[in-house]
Amino acid sequence: MSVVGEWLDIGPVDQLPALGARTLPVRGGEEIAIFHTANGEVYALVNKCPHKQGPLSQGIVHDTTVTCPLHSWRISLITGKALGDDEGCVPVIPVKIDGGRILIGRAEALASVA
Amino acid sequence: MNNKPHLIVIGNGMAGCRAVEEILERDADKFRITIFGAEPRVNYNRIMLSPLLAGEKSFDDIVINAQAWYDDNGITLVSGDQVVAIDRKIQTVTARSGRVESYDKLLLATGSDPFIIPVPGHDMQGVVTFRDMDDVGAMLRAADGGGDAVVIGGGLLGLEAAHGLSLRGMKVTVIHLMPTLMERQLDEAAGWLLKEALEGRGQTILTGADTAEIYGQGMVEGIRLKDGREIPASLVVMAVGIRPNVKLARETGLAIGRGIHVDDHLVTSDANILAVGECVEHQGQIYGLVAPIWEMCRSLADGLIAQPNGYTGSVTSTKLKVSGIDVFSAGDFSGGEGCEDIVMRDATRGVYKRVIVKEDRVIGAVLYGDTGDGNWYFDLLKKQQDITEIRDALIFGQAFASGGGASANPLDAVAALSDDAEICGCNGVSKGQVMGCIAGGAHSLDAVRSGCKASASCGSCTGLVENLLALAMGDEYAGERDNKPMCKCTSFTHEDVRRNIIEKELKEIPEVMQALHWTTPDGCASCRPALNYYLLCAWPGEFADDNQSRFVNERMHANIQKDGTYSVVPRMWGGVTNPRELRAIADVAEKYEARMVKVTGGQRLDIFGIKKEDLPAVWADLNAAGMVSGHAYAKALRTVKTCVGSEWCRFGTQDSTGLGIKTEQMTWGSWMPHKFKIAVSGCPRNCAEATIKDFGIICVDSGYELSVGGNGGIHLRGTDALCKVETEQEALDYCAAFIQLYREEARYLDRTAPWVERVGMDYIKSRIVDDTEGREALRQRFLYSQSFMQDDPWAKRADGEDYKLHQHLAEIRPLVTA
Repeated sequence: MSVVGEWLDIGPVDQLPALGARTLPVRGGEEIAIFHTANGEVYALVNKCPHKQGPLSQGIVHDTTVTCPLHSWRISLITGKALGDDEGCVPVIPVKIDGGRILIGRAEALASVA
Repeated sequence: MNNKPHLIVIGNGMAGCRAVEEILERDADKFRITIFGAEPRVNYNRIMLSPLLAGEKSFDDIVINAQAWYDDNGITLVSGDQVVAIDRKIQTVTARSGRVESYDKLLLATGSDPFIIPVPGHDMQGVVTFRDMDDVGAMLRAADGGGDAVVIGGGLLGLEAAHGLSLRGMKVTVIHLMPTLMERQLDEAAGWLLKEALEGRGQTILTGADTAEIYGQGMVEGIRLKDGREIPASLVVMAVGIRPNVKLARETGLAIGRGIHVDDHLVTSDANILAVGECVEHQGQIYGLVAPIWEMCRSLADGLIAQPNGYTGSVTSTKLKVSGIDVFSAGDFSGGEGCEDIVMRDATRGVYKRVIVKEDRVIGAVLYGDTGDGNWYFDLLKKQQDITEIRDALIFGQAFASGGGASANPLDAVAALSDDAEICGCNGVSKGQVMGCIAGGAHSLDAVRSGCKASASCGSCTGLVENLLALAMGDEYAGERDNKPMCKCTSFTHEDVRRNIIEKELKEIPEVMQALHWTTPDGCASCRPALNYYLLCAWPGEFADDNQSRFVNERMHANIQKDGTYSVVPRMWGGVTNPRELRAIADVAEKYEARMVKVTGGQRLDIFGIKKEDLPAVWADLNAAGMVSGHAYAKALRTVKTCVGSEWCRFGTQDSTGLGIKTEQMTWGSWMPHKFKIAVSGCPRNCAEATIKDFGIICVDSGYELSVGGNGGIHLRGTDALCKVETEQEALDYCAAFIQLYREEARYLDRTAPWVERVGMDYIKSRIVDDTEGREALRQRFLYSQSFMQDDPWAKRADGEDYKLHQHLAEIRPLVTA
């Protein structure tokens, strides 16, 4: 992992399973889930459902939504908000792809570190 | 005439020459112009290299500006002599030959370079890019000898190269890193259709394939993928992408990012130097398509000559130039907040259309098979036109949307159809015939289906027929379908979907979605697991399980718990274990700090609190002691519960433990619509609780009493008697047949209890008890399916399969600040 200004390089995109997610523990902070959509886009959320803290990284990804594996809340990968009738929000970490590498916002990734 | 300021253009490509044309059009006398080109030829249309390769065009056809154009406009063309240095202080350029020219204005149009993946062997003879006439020449020479070619890159350029080589008689394999083709332009559904079409033309398409090396002795002999597969080839084309050529700009100290930085008038950080085309970066964007580059050229000429109209960036659209395959994409199709997808699929014509709408404006479109309206959608997108009025008809295209017939009310829409408009494509039934049938007394969907056959086949026009019923009958028609669609993505019921999978031989999830007109691009969390199961059940041994369509427990082969850790249950055949297994379980519990070990209701041991990362190691340890997955997480055979039976019990009538073990060995590993439990009790005292299982066996002196459809759980239900048989083998045979009937006919997520209640015990008995041949056929299909299912998923994972699911991508360790 390397630091490029305000962005953290966390590895190549091809390490993400298609329509799946991988995890990124933050020492002293909240684990982050990195999602890969069918279109090859990458999103990052804190890996905790706003409902009962389920690991969103283990949910089914469809379109730009992940369905939490514990109680099937649907969470937008773009806004982190619960969709449908449920209410709640999980922090979003900005992502950009540069030359096949995944970069995530440093400040947001470390926001949960005390 | 020599007093005119001197404009030097570096780059005799499409952007450079187009910019010159735009300048000449505005003021032909303003500049004395010199163009330097690296290639020893006049300006040609690089986009047409694909048709050139395919043999559809000749070089003369693709020349944009012949020598006469340079002569007529007094342009000096210096071809085949590359500019190697710029001196900004004294405003000169130096070419490789040593030629020095001074400039007043300098235009960089250096284009882009193909990106070469630096794998071992990338510089070997026989590895080419697809960028200029020399590349095409090399490819044509290679194609002359026939043989095998590999194209690395399944994007626009790579597919066009593959198409050309294929037409030239080579056997082509396309290697693409991402799971679907052209993923930057197409969504999963369209990418899949494209893959099918190209495979239909004899190309081999490998997606999700990562190149490890190119091998050969001086000459290319083939490539090796990271998964070890080898593909022989005498030609390897790298078409993985391009990057702006900024070498000169960098050496001369201009501001660059990914490309050469330019302002809205394409001026670089030096006021006398401009840049245009693929080499520039404008507001963080770089462009590789021709339309935005034309727009840049206009803004550049405006800025140099006339009133300034700045370049504001471009929205781009793409078409694939592979003859006979129509693909179009424009704008943003990634979906997301506030975006709505309007999807239309026409399976018979091979059409997929998806328009993405946000705040009543079109923001993107993906079209496959019928791209006629591509430009119309692109126009709506560029003009940001409000589409509220035409929304309902939008997906049907311009002719329909602007020609009337469009209406917010679906009843008005069907009312507006003419009497000869076709409602049911399968059976060729017109609106007039349906209305006649309703008028003749058919007042329900079923009556219409049996009366005139409309919607009686594939069922995709069911909605239209219902609208016609409502139109004809008014309030008297209240709708009737008690059999609900599978989910919001489709109007088909579970039964319709399963029937179509078999009849149309649909064998992949995107294929089902296309054939059955799914209204979402890639389904949802309810239909994807269901489709995965239906395909798995219909095509054992053929369908490749889609791991990402499975619920977490089935994907991880363990049960997720509320804290995100997992529990692991190894199989204990018939509930019997031994010291070796118990020791292994105890060791695992200690080694991986399991917080609890619990005896389950299904007579086995559950190890709680295992971390996702530790699962493969836990499985390896359990495998080593001879244990396999208990599938305690799966919609599959869970346990066969037994009592000790005649071997120990003074009341036992038969060997219930032995029969339980045989039953479990026959049935383990089979995926089902929901979890499935079996029990064998050795006497009517029923210590194994066989009467609340999906399949229960109670041993009696004279044989075995079989019963089905029971469960514990929220709605406690005792089993219904099926029949009594005399031998163990018969008990096993009936069990296999019943499971297969359940697998083939129940809806996904139906336990046996609601299914048995819905279809009735008479039906079950008619299939399992009365129909001897049918029972045997069911049993055979079950055993055939089992021949593919019975391998331990844990062993594969312990061997490293899907390791990405278990390991963290990386870890962040923030520096502690004082």
